Amino acid sequence: MRFENFDFVRLSRYFYMFSIALTVAGLIFLSVFNLNYGVDFRSGSNVDVTTEKTLTEAQLQPIVDGLDVGDQTTITPGSDRINIRFSDVLSEQQDAALKAGILQLDASASFEVNTVDPEMARELGRNAIYAVLLSCIGIIIYVSIRFEWRFAVAAIVALLHDAFVVVSVFSILRLEVDVTFIIAVLTIIGYSINDTIVIFDRIRENLRFAKIKKHSDLVDLVNKSVAQTFKRSIYTALTVLIAALLMLMMGGESIRMFSLAIVIGLLFGAYSSIFIASPLWLLLKGKNVNKPKAPKPSTSEV
Amino acid sequence: MKRIISFIATVLVVTGIMIFTSPGLVQDVRLGLDLKGGFEILYEAEPLAEGQEVTPESLQETAKSLQKRADAIGTTEPEITTEGSNRIRLKVPGVANEEEIRKTMKEPANLTFRSNDGCAEGEEFCKIELRGDDFVENAASIGVDGLNQPVVNIQVKDKAKFAEITQRLLGNQLAIYLDDTLLSAPTVQAVLTDGNAMITGSESREEAQQLRDTVNLGALPLKLTERYSQSVGATLGMESLNKTLQAGLIASAIILLFMVIIYRIPGLIASFALIVHTWLLILIFVLADFTLTLPGIAAFILGIGMAVDANIITFERIREEMRSGKSISSAVKAGGKSSFRTIIDSNVTTIIVAAVMFAFGTGSVKGFAIVLILEIIVSIATNVYFSRFLLNLLVKIGWASKPGQFGVKESEIRAL
Repeated sequence: MRFENFDFVRLSRYFYMFSIALTVAGLIFLSVFNLNYGVDFRSGSNVDVTTEKTLTEAQLQPIVDGLDVGDQTTITPGSDRINIRFSDVLSEQQDAALKAGILQLDASASFEVNTVDPEMARELGRNAIYAVLLSCIGIIIYVSIRFEWRFAVAAIVALLHDAFVVVSVFSILRLEVDVTFIIAVLTIIGYSINDTIVIFDRIRENLRFAKIKKHSDLVDLVNKSVAQTFKRSIYTALTVLIAALLMLMMGGESIRMFSLAIVIGLLFGAYSSIFIASPLWLLLKGKNVNKPKAPKPSTSEV
Repeated sequence: MKRIISFIATVLVVTGIMIFTSPGLVQDVRLGLDLKGGFEILYEAEPLAEGQEVTPESLQETAKSLQKRADAIGTTEPEITTEGSNRIRLKVPGVANEEEIRKTMKEPANLTFRSNDGCAEGEEFCKIELRGDDFVENAASIGVDGLNQPVVNIQVKDKAKFAEITQRLLGNQLAIYLDDTLLSAPTVQAVLTDGNAMITGSESREEAQQLRDTVNLGALPLKLTERYSQSVGATLGMESLNKTLQAGLIASAIILLFMVIIYRIPGLIASFALIVHTWLLILIFVLADFTLTLPGIAAFILGIGMAVDANIITFERIREEMRSGKSISSAVKAGGKSSFRTIIDSNVTTIIVAAVMFAFGTGSVKGFAIVLILEIIVSIATNVYFSRFLLNLLVKIGWASKPGQFGVKESEIRAL
């Protein structure tokens, strides 16, 4: 496959629309339904039980009722794994009583219990947001120094887009968000910026030898740069995707949501680097070319 | 000839070291609670008395007391660290009797002697005269009083202080509290100058023994409340570890195969560099005594995918140079040079993200960030320098002299 004459910039207008639509959908879902916060952010106790026998909800309900922890409890049974969520924090006695009760049903049961109190939960969420904002500032500074501010702005838009898409997908699918999700989003930001910079680096390099007379020269330059790095983008996304997909399929329950977030983020990271970041840079840069334009207006305005 | 020898020697020696050390290294990796089971509690520390503040010293002191308790119970490798200005994190790996330990750790050993001195009307024992850390550690013992009732004797560190208190409160009550439970409120009969205090009121000898043990656990200078806890059963941890490792091995095998198919000889070198990369990371983990957690393993596996990137960027660049008609040796040279800046720029930005994660994260987030940063640094060493060193040797030896060996078709090469 060769992409030498492929017009990425022209295509990007459709991808802008797609991304904007996705962002709006995400915003609506987030504002209406918010995220399905896990115990890390919502406070309460989360109990995961791995069993050999298959336990039913009917078997578990009496044990949970016996704990006297309020009625905000959900039991999600699986074939060999049960999840019980308490909106209240389990006390040590309740914790012990629950374990004892389940151990009576299946002596081989193994537990994972997470408890967070509301204040800690809020703090975790706050720190996550700070982390995202601060990394953006760091990246803006570095990219502005090494490249120019337009690259920094385009890169930040692309990476925020990627992070937001993952958050939106989790909101739309009602998937549970916990601390590992934050790690996943930050990883995606790291990957997305990495991917974008490789393409930007090529644009910068090509700019050095290019004679830009009119806007279409810039369009050609961006298309050429994306084409030159296209194989690398695909191969790298593919290798990381292999790792993430295998973790998703085989990696065990505890990191399933993490792997899923990574998989979604990877796909959008590669996509945004090619179809969002570079055309966006062109949009910012394009206004700087003061030469008269060709009779037919160029394709970059969206 | 010299180059052939140095190439073969490098590969053999590195492989030999890896084969020889790997089994031991893998065993020495310290596993996190999520992988081997155990529990973790984050305590928030508050001052025992109102109006006081949690100082770094008192926080350290409390952590030390907790450590002593954990050691006394006989847990293996308990990890107790202070965090921020008022938090203590306790990690106890692989234990069966979690509840017992949890209870003992928090055991109310906030022993205080309180008086009515200066209290408002109707308010009982509002002034704390002595607190846990005023007593000599491990000095509590059981005795009997004149009526043959069991009592607990404890020693006060500062005799003069105790003398002053008993002098001031002569004829008044000095109440003894364990946490907020009133144990006894004897009236001070005499000025005590020998620093010995006596707690009466135990119903039985067993009760007195229990009280002695509690006091001897070492009074905590601060009051602790559990803010976050996580406990993982040992089987569950094992299962996560095995599954994730399995996924990692298969993923690595596919990635290595992919590299060899696409890039042929350079791909082979990249695969070797990637194995060295993983081995080096494990080595650093063991040497620095880092704890490997589940997100850590995830970072490892993802890192392999991302480390491949450095090789892909370089090889794609070399191929481009070859297609433009350059000779193999100058293509390798030019490709390596122009890809280097790209690799550095893209990795520095990722390091920035990881550094922020480290600064803002707690627990597992921090662990993940460390792995990511190390990964990038090791990746540059192995997948840029080491990989290039081997490729250059091969090219100079003449073992990689045809475009086909780089996965480039002759027909793609343009004339200069």
